[in-house]
Amino acid sequence: MSEFTLPVGPVHPAFKEPIQFKFKIEGEKIKSVDIDMGYNHRGIERAGMKRNPVQIIYLSERICGICSFSHPFSFSRAVENAVGIEVPERAHYIRTIIAELERLHSHLLWAGVAAHEIGFDTVLYLVWKNREKVMDICESITGNRVHYGVMMIGGVRRDLTEEHCQKLSKAMEYYNETLTAIEDVFLNEKTIKMRTQGIGILSKKDALALSAVGPTVRASGVPKDVRVDQPYAAYADMDVKPIVPEKANGDIFDRVWCRLVEVRQSIQIIDFCLQNIPKGDTLAEKNIVKLLADLSQAEGEGIGRHEAPRGECTHYVVLNKQPNPFTWKARAPTYNNVLPWVPMFKDAEIADIPIISASIDPCIACADRVTIVENNKTKTLNKIDLHKKSIEKSKRLKKCQ
Amino acid sequence: MQALKRAIWVFHLNTGGCNGCDIEILAALTPRYDLERFGIKLVGSPRHADVLLITGPVTRKMEERLKRVYAQTPDPKMVVVVGNCGSSKGVFHHHYNVVGPVDKFVPVDVYVPGCPPRPEAIIYGVAKAWIKLEKLKEEKK
Ligand code: SF4
Repeated sequence: MSEFTLPVGPVHPAFKEPIQFKFKIEGEKIKSVDIDMGYNHRGIERAGMKRNPVQIIYLSERICGICSFSHPFSFSRAVENAVGIEVPERAHYIRTIIAELERLHSHLLWAGVAAHEIGFDTVLYLVWKNREKVMDICESITGNRVHYGVMMIGGVRRDLTEEHCQKLSKAMEYYNETLTAIEDVFLNEKTIKMRTQGIGILSKKDALALSAVGPTVRASGVPKDVRVDQPYAAYADMDVKPIVPEKANGDIFDRVWCRLVEVRQSIQIIDFCLQNIPKGDTLAEKNIVKLLADLSQAEGEGIGRHEAPRGECTHYVVLNKQPNPFTWKARAPTYNNVLPWVPMFKDAEIADIPIISASIDPCIACADRVTIVENNKTKTLNKIDLHKKSIEKSKRLKKCQ
Repeated sequence: MQALKRAIWVFHLNTGGCNGCDIEILAALTPRYDLERFGIKLVGSPRHADVLLITGPVTRKMEERLKRVYAQTPDPKMVVVVGNCGSSKGVFHHHYNVVGPVDKFVPVDVYVPGCPPRPEAIIYGVAKAWIKLEKLKEEKK
């Protein structure tokens, strides 16, 4: 059978790095994949070097709309690490709470998108309806639904009030109840199992060799989690365990499982934080002018790591007695998880492209346009066709039962 | 709302934004806001669309794609830009790889400000485009 090339993308909505895949296919099987990146490159790091650290916080939020707390968190930690700023204890707890809220909403978002990719729009709507609750909480705590604007070097800009705490614990109760239904669908529903088990496998060896991060690597059986390996913020005060499946196959089902359990874990972490949050200041230096003056006198390099919903997010900063940082480098988790796509796609079917590409949670994944080049005759499949193929496979599998 | 004469189909294109706007567009489609009750539906190809929802500040590599998607959309069409960075480049001003804003390349009918705008604002923006589209059709008759 002859080989065809099948480009997918590059109009990938919502992605720090929109990607074009070029699949080599033989019939319905994928032989190999080539990945082309750079469609969403905005030159953020370069522009950041022309702004001062407080401005960069707002810029770093806009690296990704879903990890809009992870990037400023890592960046602030990098600057604090470089300058040696002590963050007040209460700020640590507030940061942890918001970071976990972000994980909650991000994983729920992902669960919805994944369900959509295999043709379960009912589940998409069910999950996204649930997700609105955490968006409301984020809005009431920080003032915004997506870009919180709450992070500041040396602490956070807003305090948690008594009212917020009550709302939070109510919301956590709500999630404890409603999650059961979502877990039931994802872990027990036959069709979801058929579409996810044994597909898109990433072996432990490959995961380590390609340095995957986050739920992607944990589902392959590697207990890698910054919150555990190098505890920071309030994570140091509690007992967080990396979520690793007992018998890890490294398939999509394991990744689903990991994320669902992590949502439960986030709820526990938030509950712990609410019970143990100390009183006190939320910001090390309240006067921004003085903070900026201090930072422009500082020298040194710092690194900030944070376990974002998708994996480890690292920022590196060099300050050299200038108002603007000399170097700023951000490494988003999806960047690490791109190469593991290659073994995952190997020998998969075309109908599995959407769910496999979604399985590492690259913010939102879906191919927008697929072109099959067949003996120079070009046939274009768009997102709908690809989605249809995916739904067809779900139906076909159901019938085989 | 008056009885709708037609259902609006929307195509969404991200030209390099941070995807904050994109998830808010998706949120507008889900049960809380339920855009679909107005007959406004997201479609997967610009060839089926009446309205283009564009987010992002237009990166160098996406410029060509934006023009192509605009050309592929059948007339009459409306272009709605969602978010600050699509309207004015916003936070991405002076970035070397950003060539936008969107109205430099395609004519824009409605701007929805905000970074990101709330889902309500997005629905309002699309409704405005819809009204304009209806007017355009009346005039043509
Ligand atoms: S307007 Fe703001 S939220 Fe929307 S894509 Fe641009 S930076 Fe992101």
